[in-house]
Amino acid sequence: MSDHATAAPAHGAVHHGHAEPNWFLKYFWSTDHKIIAFQYMFTGMAMALVAGFMAYVFRMQIAFPGQAVPLFGFVSPNVYNALITNHGSIMVFWVAMPVLLAGFGNYLIPLMCGCDDMVFPRINRLSYQLFLLSAIVLLVSLFVPGGGFGGAWTAYPPLSAVPKYNLTPMGSTMWVLAVALEFVAFLLGGINFIVTAMNARAPGMRAFDVPLAVWMIVVASLLFMASVGPLIAGAVMLLFDQNLGTAFYNPARGGDPVLWQHLFWFFGHPEVYVVLLPAMGIVAEIMTVFARKKMFAYKTVIYTVIATGALSFFVWAHHQFVAGIDPRMSNVFTVTTVIISIPVAEMCFLYVATLYGGSIRFTTPMLWALAFMAEFLIGGVTGIYLGASGADIFFHDTYFVVAHFHYTFYPIAIIGTIAGVTFWFPKMFGRMMNETWGKIHFWGTIIPFNFIFIPMFILGMYGEHRRIYDYTNFPDLANPQLQALRITSTVALVVMLLFQFPFLFNFIYSMFKGPKAEKNPWKSNTLEWTADSPPPHGNFPEMPTVYRGPYEYATPGRDTDYWPQNEKA
Amino acid sequence: MLLSLPSASTFSGDIDGLVVLVTLLTGGWFIATQVMFFWLLWRFRAGASPKSQYITGKEPHLKRWINIPHTLILICDVVIIVAAVRVWVKVKQTLPPPDDTVRVVGQQWTWTFQHSGADGTLDTADDVWTSDTLHVAQGKTYHFLLESKDVLHSFFVPVFRLKQDAIPGRTITGWFQATKTGTYDILCAEICGIGHGIMGGRIIIDTPEQHASWVQQHSTMADAAAASTDTTAAASAGASN
Repeated sequence: MSDHATAAPAHGAVHHGHAEPNWFLKYFWSTDHKIIAFQYMFTGMAMALVAGFMAYVFRMQIAFPGQAVPLFGFVSPNVYNALITNHGSIMVFWVAMPVLLAGFGNYLIPLMCGCDDMVFPRINRLSYQLFLLSAIVLLVSLFVPGGGFGGAWTAYPPLSAVPKYNLTPMGSTMWVLAVALEFVAFLLGGINFIVTAMNARAPGMRAFDVPLAVWMIVVASLLFMASVGPLIAGAVMLLFDQNLGTAFYNPARGGDPVLWQHLFWFFGHPEVYVVLLPAMGIVAEIMTVFARKKMFAYKTVIYTVIATGALSFFVWAHHQFVAGIDPRMSNVFTVTTVIISIPVAEMCFLYVATLYGGSIRFTTPMLWALAFMAEFLIGGVTGIYLGASGADIFFHDTYFVVAHFHYTFYPIAIIGTIAGVTFWFPKMFGRMMNETWGKIHFWGTIIPFNFIFIPMFILGMYGEHRRIYDYTNFPDLANPQLQALRITSTVALVVMLLFQFPFLFNFIYSMFKGPKAEKNPWKSNTLEWTADSPPPHGNFPEMPTVYRGPYEYATPGRDTDYWPQNEKA
Repeated sequence: MLLSLPSASTFSGDIDGLVVLVTLLTGGWFIATQVMFFWLLWRFRAGASPKSQYITGKEPHLKRWINIPHTLILICDVVIIVAAVRVWVKVKQTLPPPDDTVRVVGQQWTWTFQHSGADGTLDTADDVWTSDTLHVAQGKTYHFLLESKDVLHSFFVPVFRLKQDAIPGRTITGWFQATKTGTYDILCAEICGIGHGIMGGRIIIDTPEQHASWVQQHSTMADAAAASTDTTAAASAGASN
C-alpha cells in the first residue's frame, strides 16, 4: 500500500479523502482513469445509438423513397443530407475515437502498464469534459434554425463555407466548432496516453514487454497528434470563411477550395489508422488469450504498426485523384497507397499465424476478434481497387467506396469495440456476461452486417453514386433490380439494429446480476488481470513488478499454460 | 464489363481490365488468407488441440510462411501499380487531339452543356446550349471543358467510366470518345447541397450523321436568335433549351 499512498498527492485531494465522494464527484468529476474511460465509453455508445438510428432513417428513405419512415416521418432532402453527414461524423469522431482510443486507452494503459493512474489525471478529466461539450454542440446543431449541417463529413468548401450554398448557416458553423472541440479533447488525451505509457510503466517492464494493445494505442495517439494540426488550422479557416467573410477557400477572391481537401485528408487518412490500431491491439490481446498462444513475431507486429503509421502520412491524396489536383501527383499517391498494403498484410498474416499451434476456445470475445480479422480483410483488399488510380476514376464517390470503408470501419468501431467490451467486462464491472446471449448477439450482428454492405459493392459497380436521397431520379439507377439490392441492404440493417437489444440487455443485466468474476477469469498474462475485478481507485493492492513479456502462453516446462507478467520465475 | 453496366468509351475497357486484374490478384490473396484462417481455426480448435505449442515466430520453417507471401505481395503490388498508372496516364494525363469540344458547367443543381455547333468551334454564334442533356457523336474525340458556377460538382458518366470534379474558378480539360450509341445517365458525384439528389442528366450518343442533323437543326435556331440580338444574349437564351 505504501506505493499507492505516495502516489496519492498527484491525484488531487478529491479522491483520496477517507470519506466516499458523493456520486457526482465520483462519476462526473472524477480523475480516476477507469471512471473517465467509462465516461468516454458510455458517451460513445450513446452516440452510436444516435448514429445507428440515423442510418436506419436514411436507409429507409433510400429503400422506400418518399414514404414516411416509422418512428421518424418524412425525410426531406436537407434532412437526408444532415443525417448522412452526422452519421459519418458521429461514427468516426464521437464513437470510434472515444470508445477505442479514449475509452480503452484510458482503461487499459494504466492497468496494463501497472501504474495507479494516468500521469496527468486532471488533464484527463478536462479532456472528457471538452469531449462531452463537443458532443452536446453537435447534437444541438441538429435542431437549430436551418437544420444540421448537410455537406458530408468531409465538409468540402465552398459548400461548407458559404451559407447561401448550404442553407444551414448555424448548423455548419456548429458542426465545425464541435469537430474542433473534439480534436482539442483528444489532443489532451493523447498527451496523457503517450506520457503514461512512456514514463509510468511498472518496474521491469521494458518497451518490448508492453502489451500490443498499449503499443497500438500509443502509436495511434502519436499519429493523431502529428496529423491533426493541419486540420485544426483548416477548421479555423473554415470558421472564418463561414462567419467573418474571409476567403481562404473562395477562388473568386484568391482562395482555393482544394486546400481544404489536402488539410482534411492529411489528417483524415492517418485517422483511419488512429482507430484501426487500438482495435488491432484489442484483437491481439483476445486472440493470444483464447488461442493460448504467444503472439507470432511480436516485435515484427510492432514494426509493421510503425511502418503503417509512418506510411499513412503519405497517402492522403488518394482521396483526391479526380478532385482536380495535378494528374501527375496521382501517380505518386498510387504508389504509396498500394505499398501500404505490405505492412498491413504482413500484420494480418502475423495475426493469422498466431492461431497456428494454438488451442482455440470460441468464447464470445474470441468470436468477435476472429470476425474482426475475417471482415477487415474484405475492407483491406477492396481498398486496392480505390488506391489503383485508374480504377478509382470509376469507383470514386460510388457505393463501392461506402462498402469498402464500412468493411474497415465497422470491424473497427463495432466489432473491435464489442470484442473489447465482452473481453474486459469482467474486469470493468466484476461480473461475467452471459455467453449464450453473447453468441446470439454475435451471429445476429455479423450475418446481417454482410447483407448490408455486399449489395453496396454491387451497386457501386453499377455506378451508384453516394449521398443521394432518391435514386428514382436517375433513369439507369432506377432499375428495379438495383432497388431490390437497396431494399436488401436496408432490411439487413433493421435486423442488425434489432439484434443490438439482446446485447444492451445482456450488458446492463450482467453489470448488476451477472455471476461474480474472479480476478483472472480468462487466465491471461497481462497486468490488469492481477488487479481486483473491478480494480479500486489506485488499481493494484501492491504495485506489480514485471519479469517477462505479455504473451508467455504454453511456455515449456510449466504446469499451467500461462505465465503472468508479474509472477516471479 | 463491370457486371452488366454498358461500356461505351474507348477507355472504359481499360478501366474494366484494371478492375479484373485487381480482382484476380487481390481475390487470390483474399481467398488464400481466408482459407488458411478458417483451416487454422478448425485444425487448432481446443477439442482437437487441447494443448497449445510455444512458438515465438522466429522459427525459420514457420517464418517463411510470412516472408514468402510478403515478397509475392510486393510483386503483385508492383503489377497493380504499373497497370493503374498506365490506365491513369491514358485517361487523365493524355489529351488526344479533339474532333470537337464541349463545355460542361455545373451549378446547383443542374448541368449546362455548350455544344460547338456546326462550325466545330466553341464560343461562336452557332453554339448550342442545353441543360441536363449532352449530345455527342459516336467515334469522335471530344475535349470537355469542365467548370462550376458555385460549389464542387463531379461530372460522372458511368458508361464511360469517367469522373472529374468541377471546381469554381477553374476550367478543367478532359477527353472522351464514345464507342456506342444510346442514352445513358450523367450523374453529379460530389455532394453539392440539398438538390444533389436531383442533379443528373442524360448523355445522348448518336451516330455522326444523326448528331450532325441534330446540330444543324439547333444551330439554325441559335443563329436565328443571334441575328436578332448579340451573342451573349443568344447564349443565355439558348441555355433554356
